[in-house]
Amino acid sequence: MNDATEVLADQVRAAAEDRRALRIVGGDTKSWYGRAPVGKPLNVSRHTGIIDYDPSELVLTARAGTPVLEIEAALAENNQKLGFEPPIFGPASTVGGVIAAGLAGPSRPFAGAVRDHVLGARILNGRGQSLRFGGTVFKNVAGFDAFRLMCGAMGTLGVILDVSIRVMPRPEESISLVFNEDWQASQPRLTRLLGRPLPIDGAFHDGTRLHVRLSGPRAGVLTAAEELGGEHEDPTIWDQLRHMTLPNLRAPGLWRLSIPRTAKLGDIPGEQLIDWAGGQRWLSTTASPSQVTEIAAAVGGHASIFHRSDDDQDVFTRLPKTLFELHKRLKAVFDPAGILNPGRLYQGL
Amino acid sequence: MLDQFDSRIDPTFAPVDRQRLIARLQEALPERGLITKTEGMRVYETDGLAAYRGMPSVVALPETTAQVSAVLRICAEMSTPVVARGAGTGLSGGALPFPGCVLLSMTRFNRILAIDAQARMARVQPGVRNLAISEAVAQFGLFYAPDPSSQIACSIGGNVAENAGGVHCLKYGLTVHNIQRLELVTVDGEVLEIGGDALDTPGYDLLALITGSEGLLGVITEVTVRLLPNPVHTQVLLAAFPDVRQAGDAVARIIAAGIIPAGLEMMDRLAVNAAENHVHAGYPVDVAAILLCEIDGAAGDVEDGLSRVGAICLEAGASEVRQARDEAERRRFWAGRKGAFPAMGRMAPDYYCIDGTIPRRRLAEVLTEITRLSGVYGLPVANVFHAGDGNLHPLILYDAAASGEVENAEALGGAILELCVAMGGTITGEHGVGREKINQMCVQFSTAEIETFEALKASFDPAGLLNPGKAIPTLARCAEYGAMHVHNGQLPFADLERL
Ligand SMILES: Cc1cc2nc3c(=O)[nH]c(=O)nc-3n(C[C@H](O)[C@H](O)[C@H](O)COP(=O)(O)OP(=O)(O)OC[C@H]3O[C@@H](n4cnc5c(N)ncnc54)[C@H](O)[C@@H]3O)c2cc1C
Repeated sequence: MNDATEVLADQVRAAAEDRRALRIVGGDTKSWYGRAPVGKPLNVSRHTGIIDYDPSELVLTARAGTPVLEIEAALAENNQKLGFEPPIFGPASTVGGVIAAGLAGPSRPFAGAVRDHVLGARILNGRGQSLRFGGTVFKNVAGFDAFRLMCGAMGTLGVILDVSIRVMPRPEESISLVFNEDWQASQPRLTRLLGRPLPIDGAFHDGTRLHVRLSGPRAGVLTAAEELGGEHEDPTIWDQLRHMTLPNLRAPGLWRLSIPRTAKLGDIPGEQLIDWAGGQRWLSTTASPSQVTEIAAAVGGHASIFHRSDDDQDVFTRLPKTLFELHKRLKAVFDPAGILNPGRLYQGL
Repeated sequence: MLDQFDSRIDPTFAPVDRQRLIARLQEALPERGLITKTEGMRVYETDGLAAYRGMPSVVALPETTAQVSAVLRICAEMSTPVVARGAGTGLSGGALPFPGCVLLSMTRFNRILAIDAQARMARVQPGVRNLAISEAVAQFGLFYAPDPSSQIACSIGGNVAENAGGVHCLKYGLTVHNIQRLELVTVDGEVLEIGGDALDTPGYDLLALITGSEGLLGVITEVTVRLLPNPVHTQVLLAAFPDVRQAGDAVARIIAAGIIPAGLEMMDRLAVNAAENHVHAGYPVDVAAILLCEIDGAAGDVEDGLSRVGAICLEAGASEVRQARDEAERRRFWAGRKGAFPAMGRMAPDYYCIDGTIPRRRLAEVLTEITRLSGVYGLPVANVFHAGDGNLHPLILYDAAASGEVENAEALGGAILELCVAMGGTITGEHGVGREKINQMCVQFSTAEIETFEALKASFDPAGLLNPGKAIPTLARCAEYGAMHVHNGQLPFADLERL
C-alpha cells in the first residue's frame, strides 16, 4: 500500500513545464504493444494497493500500480473475478496498464469490453491535476464518461491513478467442449447457437477445431453441454488463450483483426486463430500491411499489428481525417503540452 | 426556478434575426418541417419534467441526415443554439428549450432500417421507440435489453443521449453496453461514424463518450443496437418486509451471494399502496417495503436461484415471500412497478422524481435519512427504485398550486442528491443532469473536472451551441451556488461519514 499521487503529480508538472515527454510505466510487460514508447519513464508501479473492496457491492477500487494478479487473488478469495478476462503478460503487470491497454479476453463478446467494467477513475492530466470521473456505482450518468475514454487510450490522455472496476461472481459451473471441424462448418454452427439463450461465454477456432465454453448456473450449463454434443476438454486451454500462451500468439509481427462476427473474411496467406466467435482474428502472415488492413476494412473491421516487430512501425489502422482531428483536440483537452505517452497510439497524438 | 436561464451564470448568445433564420431553415427542411407559430410549439415547451417550461424560437422537424446537417450548419453560421429532442420523456429537463433556440425534433426519424438476426443487430433511426425494437425483433426470438419504464414512449436516440437504464440493467447492462455504432452529426454539419459493426474501433472510445452526452456533442441520426436471445424461462419473486432496512439488507445479501437477478426492484409503503390502488397488482399492502426479484435462465437455475433468494429474504426478516403463480401474475407484479409513477399522480396533484445512485450497502441508512428530510421539508416522499443497482427514485409529492411548494420540492430534491454524493454515490443514475441537476454538478465535481467537461464539449462544439445551459454548469454558476450553499464554511450533512 502506497499513495504516490503527489510524487507523480510533481513529476508530471515538471515535465509539462519543460515540455518533456513522459513514458508512463506500470509493470513494463506490454512495451511491445502499440507504437514505440518514448520519453523519460514515469514509474506508476509504486502507487499501489486495493483501496476498497466490498464483495457485496461487486466493486473493487485499486491504485493503478497494484499488480493485477494481486487483484485477481483478492477476488478469487471471494469467488469473484474480472469479467473482461484481460490477458496478463507477466507477474509485474499492473491494473493501470491493463485498463490503459484496454485488451479484453475470450469473454469479450459475451461479457463486454474493459470500458464496460470500469465505473470510474482518478487520473492525472498532462498538467498534473488530479481529476476523478465516474465513481464506484454501476449506474452513474453525471458528466461525460471521461473514464471510459482512458480504456484503450494507451496512456495518451492521462496517468491513471486509481480505478473502480465492476467485478463479477465466478460462474457456478464451467465446461469446455471441442468440435473437430473447420471454420466453414463452425461459423454457421455458432450463428445458430448464438441466436439462442445458451450460457456460452467463449468460442474460438484454433485452425482445426472449434472450442466452446459454457459458464453459468449449473443446471443451464449441464443441459446445454448435453445438447451441444462435442467432446469435453480440459478448460485450462481458455487460460492459455486468454494470456496468449498458445503457439504463435506471442510472436512478433502477429496481427489482430477485429471484424464483424458473421463476416466472411477474404483469403489471406498464413495462419489464423479465430476468437470472439469470429470477431477477433489472430493472424500470422507474410502478406503486406496494406493487404491485411484492406482485407479487414473490406468487411467493416480493422487490423493492428499486435506485437510490434520494429520501432518505427505504425501499428493501428489510420483514422479518417476528421476523426483524427477530433482525436487531436481530445488529446489537447487532457494533455495540452502533449507530454503523456506521445505517439504511443498514433504519430502526432 | 431553474427553467429560467440566467445570463449572468448561464451561456448567452446574441439575438438572431428570426425572419432570416426562418427563411433559411425553410429552404433546408421539407414541407411542414418547420413550426413557427406559438400554438404549434406549445407541445415542445416542456419534457417529462413538466415543472420546467420554455419556448423555442422555432421547431425544426427534419426527416433525413442531410437535413439535420443543413439545419446545424445554418445554426452554426447564425450562432443560434440548438436543442435536440426525442420523445420528450426525459425527467431532467434535457429537452427544455433554451430561449431563442431551434428545437430539433427527431420524431420523424422513426424507421427501423435493418435487422440482422444472425449478427444480432438492428440498425434504427433515433426516433424509433425503445419498445418498438423489441417488438420488431421478437419474431427472431431476440430482444433489446435496456428497458426504461418509459419504453413505450421514449426514443432510442433519447436513450443513447441519456445512457438510459431499466429494470433489467443489473444483468444486461445500460444503453452504453448494448449499442454498437452511431451516426452523429456535429454542429458544423459533418457526419461522423462512431463505433462500427466490429466489437471495437481504432482510436479513442468515442462511442462511450457520446453515450450519455445529453445532446451536447452532436445530434444522433442513426443507432445500431445489439440484440439478445429471449431467455427460456423467467420467474419473479415478491418479498414483503415490515421494515425498509431489512429490505435494504436483503438486497446486499442477494448480490453478495453471487446471484445476478435479471431485475431487483424495491418499493416502499407509500409506493406499494399507490401502485396497488392503481394497478391491482396483488401486492400485500400492510408492509413497509416489497422487493421484486426476477431471475431468468434455464428452468432448474431459475428455481434454484429463487429459492435461495427467498431464503435470504426470510433470513433478513421478510414477513412473506411468494412467487408469481403464472405468467399473468408475473406481468401484474411488473405492471405495478412500471405503473408506480403514474399511480403517484393519484396520490398528489404533482410529483417530482429524483434519481440518485448510492452504494448498495448504504441503502438502509439513506432511506432513513430521506424519511427525516421528508419531515424537515414537510413533503411526503415515496420510494420506487432499482435496488439491485442502488439507483434510488424518491418521488416527492407536492402541489404546484400551493404557494412555495414547487421551490420546496426542488430544494428537497437537491438535498437528497447531495446526500447521495456524501454517501459515495452520484446525483444521477439514469435520468441525466439536464437542467435540473446543473447545480448539483458543482457539488459532485471539482473546478478542474468541470473545466475538463467544458473543454471536451468545446472539442466538438467550440461555440457551445448544442443544448446550452444543460449537463455542464458554468464555473460562474458553481461559484454562485457554492457561495449560497455552504453556510459558515460547512458542507451539508457534515455529520455523515464521507467516502
Ligand atoms: C414514467 C417515466 C419513467 C421513466 N423511467 C425511466 C427508466 O426506468 N430509466 C431511464 O433511464 N429513464 C427513465 N425515464 C426517463 C426518460 O424516459 C429517458 O431519459 C429517455 O431516455 C428519454 O428519451 P426521449 O426520447 O424521451 O428523450 P428526450 O426527453 O426527448 O431527450 C432527452 C435528452 O436527449 C437529447 N436527445 C434526444 N434525442 C437526441 C438525438 N437524436 N441526438 C442527440 N441528443 C438527443 C435531448 O437533447 C435531451 O437532452 C422515465 C421517464 C418517465 C416519464
